Amino acid sequence: MREIVVISGKGGTGKTSITAAFAHLAENKVICDLDVDAPDLHLLLDPHVVRREDFHSGHEAVIDPERCSGCGTCLGMCRFGAVLEDDGRYRIDPLRCEGCKVCVAFCPEGAIDFPSRHCGTRSVSDTRFGPMVHAQLFPGQENSGRLVSELKKEARKLAGEMGRDLILCDGSPGIGCPVISSLSQANLAVIVTEPTPSGLHDLERVASLCEHFRIKVAVIVNKHDLNPDHTAAIEELCRARGYVLAGRLPHDTVVTEAMVARKAVTELEDEHFGRRVRDAWTVIQGLLNAN
Amino acid sequence: MIVAVASGKGGTGKTTVAASLAAKWPGPLVAVDLDVEEPNLHLFLKPKLSGIETVTLEVPDVDEEKCTYCRKCAELCQFKAISVMGRAILTFPEMCHGCGGCMAVCPEGAIGVTTRELGVVERGVARGFIPCLTGRLRIGEAMSPPLMRHVRAAMVREAAPIEADIVIDAPPGVSCPAMSAVTDSDVIVLVTEPTPFGFYDFSLAVEAFTPLGKPMAVVVNRAGLGDGRVYEYCRERGLPIVTEIPYRRDIAEHYSRGLVLAELDGAMGERFAALCRALKQRAEEGVHA
Repeated sequence: MREIVVISGKGGTGKTSITAAFAHLAENKVICDLDVDAPDLHLLLDPHVVRREDFHSGHEAVIDPERCSGCGTCLGMCRFGAVLEDDGRYRIDPLRCEGCKVCVAFCPEGAIDFPSRHCGTRSVSDTRFGPMVHAQLFPGQENSGRLVSELKKEARKLAGEMGRDLILCDGSPGIGCPVISSLSQANLAVIVTEPTPSGLHDLERVASLCEHFRIKVAVIVNKHDLNPDHTAAIEELCRARGYVLAGRLPHDTVVTEAMVARKAVTELEDEHFGRRVRDAWTVIQGLLNAN
Repeated sequence: MIVAVASGKGGTGKTTVAASLAAKWPGPLVAVDLDVEEPNLHLFLKPKLSGIETVTLEVPDVDEEKCTYCRKCAELCQFKAISVMGRAILTFPEMCHGCGGCMAVCPEGAIGVTTRELGVVERGVARGFIPCLTGRLRIGEAMSPPLMRHVRAAMVREAAPIEADIVIDAPPGVSCPAMSAVTDSDVIVLVTEPTPFGFYDFSLAVEAFTPLGKPMAVVVNRAGLGDGRVYEYCRERGLPIVTEIPYRRDIAEHYSRGLVLAELDGAMGERFAALCRALKQRAEEGVHA
């Protein structure tokens, strides 16, 4: 079984539009949206939910005002600034609480409860391109990477049961915990970038992260005609670091037209952009088979 | 006042707006990049670097001479960062959140402190008078909130003596890092684009930020592209659209050269000067509301 993760470092370079096109082109796969914070792939794939479950991760501290004696031990020990004091009354800011349990363990009155945290939902769905695993965190929850790991596990299980040999994942922006989790056990990271200072800067960082975890990198330059100098700089970086340049896609409103039509860009009649995405997919397939 | 520029979806133009606000802000300002995973504001403001501070997190360092393998630390740790197996104790510093629980709970005083590098805070000055702070997460580091806390503390220290306002370039998304970037602000600028992805993530951001009770203002970038749902939604919710940036190739090319949008031409400059005034007014309305 192979796993591809589409990432970008910088947001808005076209990860999800390109993942949707690959989902259209790829055979015998399970699709997985690992951007659990701001997922968008479902907007193009229109999933029919087969199974939806609550997702719980970690705990949160809650002070019971009835039992609290106002001693302030929790305030003194919390390293996250999550204990708020107002006129001798204490409460926990759930946005700041990291669920470390220190206040719970050291409260002399045992006045702090520690319920599990309901962080979001996860789903297994059917789409016109095959099975899809996806999730949505509730706003403000910690994107710990735990949900990302669970989704990947679910996708692998599903692929095993259904005899599918590819897991195609849409990742999240950035280089932190969710991205690190999404890279675990991946065979290939496809990095979608754009020829701008931010695109180049963020590509360098996220590609270094992939190297750190010894994940093979392929790069797609989206909107390549926007700035030929930066496109050349990206290609130079790829050559110097041994990343495969999987494709160059033009700056084209057809991507948004497909989005508005709720379709993958390769499902439209347009062959200018679509053909180049198909070419990129052929390169990526070659890389997977060569592994 | 503190202005946080946020978005939900990445790549909608947060950094473009933050850099333009910094360029046109009337009065003293500190520009802060809290997107520590992929900081980009410096690429447009191009500050002259004046200092780099390494930020670390306190993680456990066990003295096995004193450890009795009682497991109290491992039982307390919620992050699987310390574990006892028979007569061996192992720490996994990269999992540690730095809560200090293991150090406090150890009855033998066997757990001391070592550190893990989270990243750096870069300090610089743009255009000769705009102090800039950039948080930059170390590659391979998973946790951005502790570095962000450090940058937020630094920005307050930087702004207070010169009575400066603050513009924050926030990370994308609506989970914990994005929330913590906007919690200090007096007004939140939400940058979106009128596409289905832009709209969906924008609606997530509005849902996430509304409970904070802060005034919000919307900038629609790439106006003319996509569909009209974001306009309808803003009307229904009473969210003011304070600026629109048209979808034009020359704007995209200007951005691709690392230039500040407010300096494209006189009209764009006036548009962002007006945005600065509108945000000051929104923040004041928030105070009086």
